[in-house]
Amino acid sequence: MKTDRPIPPPLAQRFLRWFIKDELAEEVFGDLEEQYDAVLESRSSFQAKLNYWYQVFHYLRPFAIRKLNVIYLKPYAMYRSYFKMGWRNLLKYKAHSVINTGGLAVGMAVAMLIGLWLYDELSFNSYHDNYYRIARVMQNQLINGKIETWNSQAMQLGPAIRTSYGSNFQHIVLSSFTGGHILAYEEKVLTKTGNFMEPHAPELLTLHMLEGSRSGLNDLHSILLSESVAKAFFGEEDPMGKVLKIDNKLEVSVTGVYEDLPFNSSFSDLSFIAPWDLMVKSQNLEERVGWGNNWFQVLVQVAEHVEMGRASAAIKNVKLDNLSEEEAKFKPELFLHPMPQWHLYSTFENGVSVGGRIQMVRLVGIIGGIVLLLACINFVNLSTARAEKRAKEVGVRKVVGSKRSQLISQFFSESLLVVVLAFVFSLLLVQLMLPWFNEVADKQIAILWANPLFWLFSLVFVFLTGLMAGSYPAFFLSSFSPIKVLKGSNGFETLRKTSFWLGRFHSLPRKILVIVQFTVSVILIIGTIIVYQQIQFAKNRPVGYERNGLITIPMKTDEVFDHFEVLRNDLLATGVVSAVALSESPITNTWVTNSGFEWKGKDPNMQDEIVTVGITHDFGKVVGWEVIEGRDFSLDFSTDSSGFILNETAVKYMGFDNPIGQTVRAFGRVYTVIGVVKDMVTQSLYQPVKQTIFYIDTYHRVGIINLKISPQVSASIALAEIEPIFKKHNPATPFEYNFADEEFAQKFAYEARIGKLAGFFAVLAIFISSLGLFGMASFVAEQRTKEIGIRKILGASVVHLWQMLSTDFVVLVMVSCLIAVPVAYYGLHQWLQQYSYRTDIAWWVFAVAGLSALLITLLTVSYQTTKAALRNPVESLRSE
Amino acid sequence: MKETRLGDFEEVILLLVGILGEEAYAFKLAEEFESQTGRSISIGAVHSTLSRLEDKGFLKSAMGKATAERGGRRKRIYTITAYGQRALVASRDFKLSLWQQYPAFATDKLNFGGQI
Repeated sequence: MKTDRPIPPPLAQRFLRWFIKDELAEEVFGDLEEQYDAVLESRSSFQAKLNYWYQVFHYLRPFAIRKLNVIYLKPYAMYRSYFKMGWRNLLKYKAHSVINTGGLAVGMAVAMLIGLWLYDELSFNSYHDNYYRIARVMQNQLINGKIETWNSQAMQLGPAIRTSYGSNFQHIVLSSFTGGHILAYEEKVLTKTGNFMEPHAPELLTLHMLEGSRSGLNDLHSILLSESVAKAFFGEEDPMGKVLKIDNKLEVSVTGVYEDLPFNSSFSDLSFIAPWDLMVKSQNLEERVGWGNNWFQVLVQVAEHVEMGRASAAIKNVKLDNLSEEEAKFKPELFLHPMPQWHLYSTFENGVSVGGRIQMVRLVGIIGGIVLLLACINFVNLSTARAEKRAKEVGVRKVVGSKRSQLISQFFSESLLVVVLAFVFSLLLVQLMLPWFNEVADKQIAILWANPLFWLFSLVFVFLTGLMAGSYPAFFLSSFSPIKVLKGSNGFETLRKTSFWLGRFHSLPRKILVIVQFTVSVILIIGTIIVYQQIQFAKNRPVGYERNGLITIPMKTDEVFDHFEVLRNDLLATGVVSAVALSESPITNTWVTNSGFEWKGKDPNMQDEIVTVGITHDFGKVVGWEVIEGRDFSLDFSTDSSGFILNETAVKYMGFDNPIGQTVRAFGRVYTVIGVVKDMVTQSLYQPVKQTIFYIDTYHRVGIINLKISPQVSASIALAEIEPIFKKHNPATPFEYNFADEEFAQKFAYEARIGKLAGFFAVLAIFISSLGLFGMASFVAEQRTKEIGIRKILGASVVHLWQMLSTDFVVLVMVSCLIAVPVAYYGLHQWLQQYSYRTDIAWWVFAVAGLSALLITLLTVSYQTTKAALRNPVESLRSE
Repeated sequence: MKETRLGDFEEVILLLVGILGEEAYAFKLAEEFESQTGRSISIGAVHSTLSRLEDKGFLKSAMGKATAERGGRRKRIYTITAYGQRALVASRDFKLSLWQQYPAFATDKLNFGGQI
């Protein structure tokens, strides 16, 4: 026998060893080696090795493969026993079980809420069957050297695209923007939002028709109603063929009813559709508006065989080609904005999509993931800490004859039991929280009970968490040798010395966990405080007008002009109204901007842009503005119809040193400045006040009635008095009113929502972190029971022991504060940059957040530490 | 119920066990099979058949002595049982009787390479 002969492939041998029956091993190994040697005699060592593998594989026969260690018990009884043991363990450590299950349930519930929210956001507009082929025609225009992106178009664009590029599109639909209109049926008058659209609209939107058909708009005098509007007008009656009146002038008959569009559709406000041609005819638009009036929207559905990008490129110059040279200076370029992007990618900068809401969606998704992860890690950690107590149980079970695989499945089934329990709780929690959450997030979300995807996700999640939480006890504890565990007075101590995981770095992962959790908590606390500060700061901003008792009533028909004086006198006669005036836009939101003003000393290159508000006399009295120079409009001066009142910013903007008496050319005539009023916040609360001009309206542009209720009368009494007067003068218009202070509060809606959500997450993060801390403190106290007993005997005081046990945790939380402060400062600084009128970040916010985190830590930990410190040493030392 | 009939391959293996005598273990049997028939076979296949024959009671086996040539591992030596002998004889007799019943004219019809 050659000494240096090649040996058979070790891997093949290991493989063979793994599957071959023990009693066959010797002879088979012998035979194969003999065979190997025989081949080696005549052929190369590679061939010999190959042959060895071949022989090994040919031993994969039933007679030679070892039997699995299957124990033929009734599995049902075994699992029942596992679950019974699991259940008893849960009941035995009640506090621990509640913390563990509760923490996981809360984390799961939050993740589920966020998941549902994400699903809602990402499935936006998917109600429309062809949504991935639908697009809105947008335009980029060069204005003042900057590219602006508009979603509005001229009505001429529809036919232009249709004639030149019609083959690219299945449907091209011109539509008005969604707006409120008065619908009247016999005595019933309601304001509903809807659009005037071309007849293909129902096909494009794939409306689900409940009655009538999608071709219902072909007739000029037709209307399609949403289910809820039809119910509101006709109840159980058949709506088909009933005649409605739109805005008190257009008679239409109902030709169809469609299912309400869901809340997560861009057309959720589309509660009726009237024919486009009806609007064009009745408003004489054909003659009045040209390519310069971008008042409408153009929706398209790309044809089946055409790619969206190609269609978008094709129509790029349709508008430009139709413009005169003078109009072409804005260089309009058209492109398609696909429907799947409307909701999440709607921000354009320099004509390029730069995302939009998707950033918030991502952020929230990340937060949800973090919360879930924290809860999961907490759960795993607590389960692990608890499992270490069961080393002895494992020893005893092994001695009695448990197989390792049985112990593994026992631990797994226990952790699975807890996770399933937590899942059920979390479903309950979500169901309870959803109404509140929907309100805060402005959504209509429900648990997707019928969605298989939801259940699949949940199932996978439950199993993964169960496996993760169970894996440490299952694999590690079950590997204990029973002798080791049972021999020492504390079997676990023996293990600690021998195991890396339980040795020096034993507590490191837990420490990191605490730090991460508290970092997140502190950041969220700081965030919540700053968001509320910013809201308060904006709320306290001096607005320059008096919004208490100020009511605005939008007039949607022109009748008001015919008898405004009578209406005004009637209102004043009630005694509850102190002043009445009309205006073009409400003082809480001035939306009209004009340009083309000329005045002395204007820079010829300046492209001016000034907010204009047409008003009637007494407007100043209604809103209570403060005239700081000159005088208010007055009926005593007939020349006031060509008078301007500027605000302070406008004076600065136009560069007047001495504004009174200056003349300004506007609207084709000359106006004289008669007064200056103090700046009023009429637009965003977070931006500087815009230059604004007030003038006496002579064009019937004013459509809003502003009322000031006498200070000594309550709003409800005043409204009861006012309503009949409006009913008398405008029977065709529903009496609708807005309180200025409510409108004002609307400006905070977005920030308030962020504040509420941040607060919600902060509370949750603190809750979950505290649970983790609580569990760990109890674990540590338990581990050091004997040490504490001995220290007490040697004379340590309770305070000292408490201090000793708490210090570790306090240090950890302080570390997390140190991490959180700069991160929070940076993030919030960025957030505040979007507001030019913003609060400062005060240092005390960080102090408060840090201190409250510390306080919470101490409270949580102290419960356990004092309990441990107060324990009678006799008890703690006597055991075992 | 145990299958007691002897298959064709089993019969060959059984005969080889008889031929090899003291050397009848899986590797040698596979080698012998290859040299006698010219067909290659894996040791596993032979071993599986041996263990099946043992189950049926045609063979019995015992571990031999350790030898140096295979890493000191022992061999499992197979020997034919009386029952196995009977089965072989019965199988041979059965075939012979079939041959004796085979009529001469049939033999004529056999084409032995076209020589007759």
